[in-house]
Amino acid sequence: MVEPVAVLSKRYGLADGHTLSGYLASGGFAGLRASLGMAPADVLEAVKASGLRGRGGAGFPTGLKWGFVPQDLGRPVYLVINADEGEPGTFKDRELMERDPFLVLEGMIIAARALSCHRSFIFLRGEYLWPGVRLEEAIAEAYAEGWLGKDILGSGFDFDVTLHYAAGAYICGEETALLDALEGRRGQPRLRPPFPAVAGLYASPTVVNNVETIATVPCIIEQGVDWFRSMGTEKSPGPKLFCVSGEVERPGNYEWPLGTPARAIIEKSCGGMLPGRNLKFWAPGGSSTPLLTADHFDIAMDFDTIAEAGSLLGTGGMMMFSDRTSVVDAVLNWTKFYEHESCGKCTPCREGTFWLSQILQRIVDGQGRTKDLQTLDDICDNIFGRSFCAFADGAVSPIKASLKYFREEYEHLVDHGVRQAGIDPAHAGVVTRNSGQDRSRAGART
Amino acid sequence: MTDTESRTNLVHVTIDGRELEVPKGTLVIRAAEKLGITVPRFCDHPLLDPLGACRQCMVEIEGQRKPFTSCTTTCTEGMVVKTHRTSEVALKAQEGQLEFLLINHPLDCPQCDKGGECPLQDQTLAHGPAGSRFHDDKRRYQKPIPISAQVALDRERCVLCARCTRFSSEIAGDPFIELFERGALEQVAIYEDEPYSSYFSGNVVQICPVGALTASSYRFKARPFDLTSHPSVCNQCSAGCNLRVDVRRGEIQRQLAAENMAVNEMWSCDKGRFGYEFVAAGDRLRTPAVRDEVEGLHATSWAAALHKAADGLQAAIDSDGPQAVGVLTGGRLTDEDAYALSRFSRDVLGTDNVDFRLRPRTVEERDVLSAVAGSVGPTYDDVERADVVVVAGLEPQEEVPILYLRLRKAWRRSRQKIVVVGPVLGSLSEIAWRWVQTAAGGEADALDALARPGTADGSGHPGDIDDVVEALAAAGQRVVVLAGERLAASGGALRAAGRLASERDIAFAWVPRRNGARGALDAGLVPGLLPGGRKASAAGPVGQVWRRLPDTPGMDTTEMLQAAADGRLKALYLVGVDPVRDFEDPRLARAALECADTVIVQDLLPTQTIEFADVVFPAMSAQERVGSFTTWEGRRQPFASVVPAQGLAQLDWDIIRQLALTMGTDLGWETAADVRREAAPLMEVPVRATERLRALGDPHPQPVDRPSRDEGSFDVVVVDSLLGDGTMLLGAKALKETAAPVTVWVNAEDARRIGLAQGSHVRLTGDAGSVELPAKVTTDVAPGVVVVPGPSSGLAAATLVAPGAVLRVGLEPLDQASDRVSDPTSSSEAVGQ
Repeated sequence: MVEPVAVLSKRYGLADGHTLSGYLASGGFAGLRASLGMAPADVLEAVKASGLRGRGGAGFPTGLKWGFVPQDLGRPVYLVINADEGEPGTFKDRELMERDPFLVLEGMIIAARALSCHRSFIFLRGEYLWPGVRLEEAIAEAYAEGWLGKDILGSGFDFDVTLHYAAGAYICGEETALLDALEGRRGQPRLRPPFPAVAGLYASPTVVNNVETIATVPCIIEQGVDWFRSMGTEKSPGPKLFCVSGEVERPGNYEWPLGTPARAIIEKSCGGMLPGRNLKFWAPGGSSTPLLTADHFDIAMDFDTIAEAGSLLGTGGMMMFSDRTSVVDAVLNWTKFYEHESCGKCTPCREGTFWLSQILQRIVDGQGRTKDLQTLDDICDNIFGRSFCAFADGAVSPIKASLKYFREEYEHLVDHGVRQAGIDPAHAGVVTRNSGQDRSRAGART
Repeated sequence: MTDTESRTNLVHVTIDGRELEVPKGTLVIRAAEKLGITVPRFCDHPLLDPLGACRQCMVEIEGQRKPFTSCTTTCTEGMVVKTHRTSEVALKAQEGQLEFLLINHPLDCPQCDKGGECPLQDQTLAHGPAGSRFHDDKRRYQKPIPISAQVALDRERCVLCARCTRFSSEIAGDPFIELFERGALEQVAIYEDEPYSSYFSGNVVQICPVGALTASSYRFKARPFDLTSHPSVCNQCSAGCNLRVDVRRGEIQRQLAAENMAVNEMWSCDKGRFGYEFVAAGDRLRTPAVRDEVEGLHATSWAAALHKAADGLQAAIDSDGPQAVGVLTGGRLTDEDAYALSRFSRDVLGTDNVDFRLRPRTVEERDVLSAVAGSVGPTYDDVERADVVVVAGLEPQEEVPILYLRLRKAWRRSRQKIVVVGPVLGSLSEIAWRWVQTAAGGEADALDALARPGTADGSGHPGDIDDVVEALAAAGQRVVVLAGERLAASGGALRAAGRLASERDIAFAWVPRRNGARGALDAGLVPGLLPGGRKASAAGPVGQVWRRLPDTPGMDTTEMLQAAADGRLKALYLVGVDPVRDFEDPRLARAALECADTVIVQDLLPTQTIEFADVVFPAMSAQERVGSFTTWEGRRQPFASVVPAQGLAQLDWDIIRQLALTMGTDLGWETAADVRREAAPLMEVPVRATERLRALGDPHPQPVDRPSRDEGSFDVVVVDSLLGDGTMLLGAKALKETAAPVTVWVNAEDARRIGLAQGSHVRLTGDAGSVELPAKVTTDVAPGVVVVPGPSSGLAAATLVAPGAVLRVGLEPLDQASDRVSDPTSSSEAVGQ
């Protein structure tokens, strides 16, 4: 039987885990110490061998990404941490930065040394003020105590970290838009090639890693590849933070090995769905991942299994909805988000989301036309795979999936102008019972 | 490159079943064009960086799951591409994007200026869906909003292809037009506190694929299908931009840049594009006129005017000999006119008193000009390919804007090393690699130092030029020297620039401002020079065609005006020239014209000089006639007439021919082709200027005699600005509103020392007058030097000092803004804005 783990979340229950003393007292920097005894190439090799895949949504093998960085261009190598956690339904990095900022820094130092990088930036979502405070304190403390800056631990290795507060655009979570924004430009995605690994920040080789990804690195170095691979599956090894929201008893961040069935996470960690409500649809990894249904409740939460089911593991942001919630309303809510956040660069995303949200609004308002569903299908087809970056693919995911699984709900709205019986009109959009409650329980959950 | 190497740089692709080989790195959209397959596109532009924003040009590539944008995808070996012609996927993708682009487009085609020539309209017709499924609300904006005096923006029509913003940042370097906001509200805009200020703004109108950007001079004037389009060549500067002139019912409606990748690529400057209103201006000279004591200047017949002119010229020759006649011209004549005038002066009048140089000139300039006359190259492409370009006495953005764009392109694409030599860095500050800063008049020493580093001649330059010398040596022959006509005002400098070229065996270009200047030089409109830069003593073929050659070198412009003012020169024939406004010292020009017995003016528009005219000949503008202009490169570009002549105006060469005939000489020409046939072999000399510069021999540089400058005085350098108050900008109201304000540039350190703040006024005082101007404090001008605009701005800087004196002034910061001229003796034109 799979059990929850406490690898990244092991300090979530500590009162002082976010301080340097608390971090060190709880075994912090062991991974860094171990890595300093290794050749940089061996660190890279270990990360490759661990099979660690990016936790930001795409699941790209981290070691492979690091391996793309050329060291012979005569330009500095930059490490950029993508902490612009904007995906709806995703709040794993936030808690990680709030409760264990040193783990993020430790991962960064280990990665930087492996990459011969001496300068890094944390691109932090602008609204993340509290994580920002914790990171600022941690960075200051780390500098003061010699964990950052010149000659770290007498190793001769120099490394600087700069915290950058982003301006709040969702698209800046896309790594090339992030780099443009970090350079002071409009945050819009760049043409690839060149890829960031070769010409990223300031046209120099750059690795962009998600917060959770980089925070996973120290434990791989400290406890070894075999230990890491003892969790999860062959192709999706290791622990993963799942952030559960929606109509469940106890929403929050829960750490489980990859490959854990969704049902186990919801029932064991979250106490199941709210009383009297049955799971109807859910997003496995944030709003950009195609919706799944109650039929998929036993699916293993790993990259490949979810892909086989027609969705994506994404960020692990599980959004759970019951049979009392209107899927059309939920989809409209997300679509309006994407319409608002579209950067405007490319036609299908800019115009398509503008159009989709108007059609969906019309349907929800009871003004749907018979041909609207066909039009929605076709617009989605004309957007998916045709846009400049992956944003628009994500934007149409909820629509495509809901039209696939819940078409009759749309048809009912179009035909009758009102929602089906049993759907609570108040459940338009995302409703949770626990929203606004004290979140200090998060972490103490096994 | 060997054949094998070039083979390995090719890749094989198949597009719609047809195979072709293209160089590595070729974009799929370009490869398709080679097969005659046009993939629809909006954001793609061959001279802009790929963007991939509009997503219109999607094609299917075998083995790929989803369609790719052909404007961002490069061909790889064995790639199999299917466009909309053979692929359902590509066709659907393209139709889908067009439908998206149209949902927010107002579809106001019937009232849109772009209707009829609109890529969105055309491609919708060719590739788009027949109807729209959009039943919802389009975004709405206030329309239109002016982004400059010349350009109006209709945001509703915009498809956000970013061509305009990319042109601004990539090509022109005026990034004051940008995309703002996001999502469906993304829009083109300008900064609130910084206007869109560009000499190239018309290009964004031309490349806009919809009617979002329109020119205020053309809005609602015509429909494209009512226009007839004519190829032409710009008549505003020596760049030689190819133009397309659109005409309706015999009137020019607009001018567009025409494609000539060897010259202007696809661009033109705003002056060339919008400066056509003068052609049909009410003020145009339309009938010949003569002056008599009863009626003053009054209209008359061509015959009467020609007779009066001939009589006046003959009377001067009869009383004082041919040396009593002077012929001046400016920079607007065609090559044929210039040749006709050159031959008329020597062969018919018998005088060598001819000059096209109204600007300051030096005696040794003639040697360099003789080496340049008739030669061809370096070309724009040579400039672009050079590793190092040395620029002296030239402010390309103000004088030859398209040359500036080429330099900027070379800088951006290949980090060309642009070296500026002289007291003014000016608008090259963004792209210059090194500035060999000199005092005013110090260019000659600096250029000699670059020519002969480490020698006695080269040791005089104090600045650090080692890395420039190193770069020159490393570049070998991949260097071009661009010497502006203004360099002639600096003693010895043009000659030194020539020596730099001949000693290093690198390409040399003399870059004049005006469109007719190079043709005038090639035709020999310089005292002492015949067509092709020949001297009378070695006239060669000229002697076989012309019956008379000058036996003594004639007077230059200053000497002629002085001689007229002294009563030694009795008759002046002024062809396309306005010495009262454009000669550096209007005082002398007025005195000369007042004293001369006969003043014949041949021009397009009324000028201040016409007040002194005894005879006025109305001439045709370039748009009304056939002819050719020669670019600064020496490239002769013929053009045809696009609109009928105004009134009784005639071709300049034909007026000259008739004048000769009236004086008893038949020059034997009936058409422009006759003139060209006679002129071409005489004007063209197929030798590089560098070779002829070397053949000049190597006289030791003459020490330049320039009185030393005392503390507190400043040398004035006059740099013409692109948009002045010239007659050929008459009527181009919006264009003139974009002119740079008349300012005096003061070095930042000097400004600090004298307590002068940015934008505040300063009084320039010479020993003969003073003027108050707003100051532009900048690091782009050398200490001890101030820069003022040329006479076309309305400021005659030379009147600040005594005639012939070194142009040197004192500076006095003023607390209050004021633009009055405090000295009543200086002419009324010497007023800053």
